[in-house]
Amino acid sequence: MGTVASTKPYIMPALSEYAAVESRLKVEGVSLRYQSPSGETFTALDNVSFEVPDQQFAVIVGPSGCGKSSLLYLTAGLSEPSDGAIYVGGKKVDGPGADRGMVFQSYTLFPWLTVRQNIEFGLKRRGLPGDEINTIVEFYLNEVGLAKFAQHYPKQLSGGMMQRVAIARALANDPQILLMDEPFGALDSQTRLQMQQLLLQVWGNAKKTVVFVTHDIDEAILLADRIYVMGARPGRIKEVLDVPIDRPRSMDVVMEPEFIRMKRRILELLHDDLAEVH
Amino acid sequence: MATARSWINRCLTPKVGLPVKIIFAASTLCWLAVLGLWVGLSYGGVVPNMFLPTPGAVFDAAVRLTNDGTLAKHVGASLEVVLIGFAISSLVAVPLGLLMGSFRIVQAFLEPLVNFIRYLPVTSFVPLFILWIGIGLEQRVAVIIFGTFFQQLVMIADVSKGVSKDLVNASYTLGATRRDVVFHVLGPASLPGVLDTLRVTMGWAWTYLVVAELVAASSGLGYISLKAMRGFQVDVIFLAIAIIGLLGLITDQLFRLLRLRIAAWAQ
Repeated sequence: MGTVASTKPYIMPALSEYAAVESRLKVEGVSLRYQSPSGETFTALDNVSFEVPDQQFAVIVGPSGCGKSSLLYLTAGLSEPSDGAIYVGGKKVDGPGADRGMVFQSYTLFPWLTVRQNIEFGLKRRGLPGDEINTIVEFYLNEVGLAKFAQHYPKQLSGGMMQRVAIARALANDPQILLMDEPFGALDSQTRLQMQQLLLQVWGNAKKTVVFVTHDIDEAILLADRIYVMGARPGRIKEVLDVPIDRPRSMDVVMEPEFIRMKRRILELLHDDLAEVH
Repeated sequence: MATARSWINRCLTPKVGLPVKIIFAASTLCWLAVLGLWVGLSYGGVVPNMFLPTPGAVFDAAVRLTNDGTLAKHVGASLEVVLIGFAISSLVAVPLGLLMGSFRIVQAFLEPLVNFIRYLPVTSFVPLFILWIGIGLEQRVAVIIFGTFFQQLVMIADVSKGVSKDLVNASYTLGATRRDVVFHVLGPASLPGVLDTLRVTMGWAWTYLVVAELVAASSGLGYISLKAMRGFQVDVIFLAIAIIGLLGLITDQLFRLLRLRIAAWAQ
């Protein structure tokens, strides 16, 4: 039985069970306020609402302190909003869960586990049978091009490789949505370009909804179907822009007039925001 | 070929690595200097042999005490006390310390008391322990436990507290439960730090051993030192100190190897 299972290609579970849901992610009137030690209230997010359709690549850009990462943590269920609610696949977010995979900016591989064991982590927690786990792990090891490194420990990998494992580890759980918090922020610019292409390819195969946070405008336009530009103090969405550039996109899109026009618009929005502060 | 001048330059520059040969030579030189000083002072008659024995006399004492079986008996007694005390202390301190570092409520409950006790000198409790437990093995084991347990607890709590929050968050987003986080994340992530703590506190256990054996004991390396002092046998005192140092060095290396073996994934 085991040999039959391993020769069969891994097929993603059908998404039809969610087909009734038109918006994979729905953020409804979400506010996030902190009480500073001196008693002042700091508004990190002010009444933010938006929806991300199924299988879309959504990118959130904004200056530091605009609450873009907070939005991801709230969606992951790692923190709670002061007001409002977030729905993923029609279900209200209440605490973290495997249905919302996340890739962090810092390297979060478990250093005591090999690449293979890292990808297995979530599958083991769910108690899947061994041959099923193996099939899924093999599939994603190949997807991110690390089949040869399955037995390596994280300390033996480069930063880009570690983030590839983190992506594979999150996708192996077959989440409803993939949350990415500046995942390439710590990488050098060459590796960053490679990772962007790899992510687009993996995303194309996996047909997942992605919410990707970055402060890099080029990265945002290259990756996104739709860009949510945020402003700071208080954190809010200033404008939503659709990216009218055909896929597949190579690195050369940065030369296209449409790309440059969008970049100028986003820069304007971000500059306005800086002008408001000063 | 590198000139002598450039090597001197390297030696005098902060934070610059050196070849193994030079490092080994420097370590050996230090030992030779100490031994040379000892040889000079004792054989040269600068210090009377009553206070400073010759290396030969210490060696003779080692042969004499090994042959009549005294040495083995006392080394065995000391090892027994250290190992029992250290094992009991560690078996409780490791799990409790991990809980203390992981759960704020456990920390809030224990920390004030632990920090109070931690600063009390162990020696001040020795009379109390003698009164309560007598002068047997249990008393010496109690001194070791009292000396190491509270330090271990605080150090291990720090190790567990130092585990990155992102690592914990990542495991939650992979479907880990709180129980999973404790056993599959905080536990393994703390392992290298726990082994480092055990290695350091093992050294302290040896220190408290001698304290325990000097005050009230009828066997052990501390005891034979004290007895030798009364009989002006400086050579035996030197021998006892050398053996304690050697045993400490061996346990330290064992812990180092253990860490390399079971936590090779860390640096």
